[in-house]
Amino acid sequence: MALEVNGKVIETDEEGYLANINDWTPEVADAMAKADGVELTDNHWEVINFLREYYDEYQIAPAVRVLTKAIGKKLGKEKGNSKYLYELFPYGPAKQACKYAGLPKPTGCV
Amino acid sequence: MADFDIPELKEYPIIPHIQPGVMAHSKPFVAKPEFQEPLGYPGELVDNWQEKAIEKLGELKGKYRSLQVFLDACVKCGACTDKCHYYLGTADPKNMPVARQDLLRKVYRRYYTFAGKYFPKLVGAVDLTREVLDDWYAYYHQCSQCRRCSVYCPYGIDTAEISMAAREIMDSIGLGQKYCNEIIGKVFKIGNNLGLPEPALADTLEGLEEEVYEDTGVKVRYPLDEEGAEILLVTPSADFFAEPHVDGLIGYGKVFHEAGVSWTLSSYASEAANFGMFIGSYENMRRVALRIREAAIKLGVKRIVFGECGHAWRVAYSFLNTLAGPFDFLDPNYPVPQHICEFTYDLIKQGRLKFDKSENDHMVLTFHDSCNVARASRMGDFPGGQFVIPREIIKATCNHFYDMDDWGIKEATFCCGGGGGLLTDDLMEVRIKGALPRMEALKDVVENYGVTHMAAICAICKSQFTKVLPYYGFTMDQIVSVHQLVSNAIILTRGTEEPGGEAETADAA
Repeated sequence: MALEVNGKVIETDEEGYLANINDWTPEVADAMAKADGVELTDNHWEVINFLREYYDEYQIAPAVRVLTKAIGKKLGKEKGNSKYLYELFPYGPAKQACKYAGLPKPTGCV
Repeated sequence: MADFDIPELKEYPIIPHIQPGVMAHSKPFVAKPEFQEPLGYPGELVDNWQEKAIEKLGELKGKYRSLQVFLDACVKCGACTDKCHYYLGTADPKNMPVARQDLLRKVYRRYYTFAGKYFPKLVGAVDLTREVLDDWYAYYHQCSQCRRCSVYCPYGIDTAEISMAAREIMDSIGLGQKYCNEIIGKVFKIGNNLGLPEPALADTLEGLEEEVYEDTGVKVRYPLDEEGAEILLVTPSADFFAEPHVDGLIGYGKVFHEAGVSWTLSSYASEAANFGMFIGSYENMRRVALRIREAAIKLGVKRIVFGECGHAWRVAYSFLNTLAGPFDFLDPNYPVPQHICEFTYDLIKQGRLKFDKSENDHMVLTFHDSCNVARASRMGDFPGGQFVIPREIIKATCNHFYDMDDWGIKEATFCCGGGGGLLTDDLMEVRIKGALPRMEALKDVVENYGVTHMAAICAICKSQFTKVLPYYGFTMDQIVSVHQLVSNAIILTRGTEEPGGEAETADAA
């Protein structure tokens, strides 16, 4: 599969995750979201940016409790829970948000 | 949400009229060479795949006597036909266990029986063609190896074993499943299914310690790689990562804390799950299992305890000793290995855990027996312990518990729909449809007893239900971990100094 962003063809895997993590730009995230019928807001970007920072340090997406805690700290306690994250990313914060952030899909029993 | 029809929930499972071929399109992504090769398989379908597959079948039936017996013994009595959740949910007749077995049996007959070699048409023997191979790939990935059908088979034919053999044959000719094989590769490389490296694991566990301290004022520890600890806990990596799994992990830590034993997780063996079993690969299953042995020796532990993971417990309970034993370096006074439910139940029986059941009063519980625990292992030292012990833990920690109907619990339990290596998004249709019988059983207790939550002791079940419950009108948070209930209700009596003070730690031992 592939994604076209600003005239550039970007390769993705069967499920739409980037084949090469270095291909990511904010425009790539917007294009992926648009294909799913989602408009990325500042709230989405808070999550996406945190995922990318965490991945940079740990080479894996954050566990759900790590993520909710970080978002709670940034955006207020009432948003530091998975319910809020599912409102933003209905297909699951781990999978859908990772995709837009250009990270590999979390695998395993999740 | 879905581009197929969600089955309608009835009062109990109704045997559907057959719809031939309706699920023939359901095939998981094929593993790329990068996921095949680390497991010792060809990267892609080999040129002489037909010859190689037949040869592999011959090898497997020689190695596993059970496989040959299962392929020979079926008398087509039909007892299994309505026992598979995937048949009940999809109506595709190839999801009847006998038909699933026949996909391999007809090839076996053609090449390995006298009648099949000379009079194939008389005995339903067929050549291994590309069409047959495609059917294998589709329908052996619509079996969660739950073994419900084998309970009802008068000959005890185990379709799971046939599915495993078929997947092993396909892997050996270069036709592997991406989901399972990518994951096994991650265990070899990093230590767990998720690919969670040690620093991330340490950071996650530190966060949990903070969270529990904020909640309880008690310094409950979640130690990693601590040499000299008494117990090595091996748990599915989903317990670190996902909800409601993590609430179970928090519960295990609280139980160890109250027991006053020292324990540790291992970053090297940070996975209980063993997908080597799903693909029928003894070698890969052994490689995964050996990591646990190596970690136990390196850390110098005396006991190994497994967290809430269904098929991990099958591998642990039934195979660990022959796969990775002998475990003569462990303390023989305890089961090798032990299930976390056994550990907690023992403490409850000894009166060493105190609970405030009202902490779970916002829930009315039922229990989903996970297939590999129910039908492929045991707990405790009495028959049926695997049914009794988790229920006794729930009853000790909750005021409101109701079992689902007999046709869907204990040895008759229905799979969650996502077991056996099917818990992947590319199989969502079969996962949702396969969950139908469990959803029907749940609906019954919701309506009749006001059940609000279902507890489970398997990471796959928890993730699967989180995903599929909403398709049937429930909510994703209606699935909980058994040790989440323990975590909610347990009264921590050790190290309970005021927050900020230097709390006494429980694991001085």
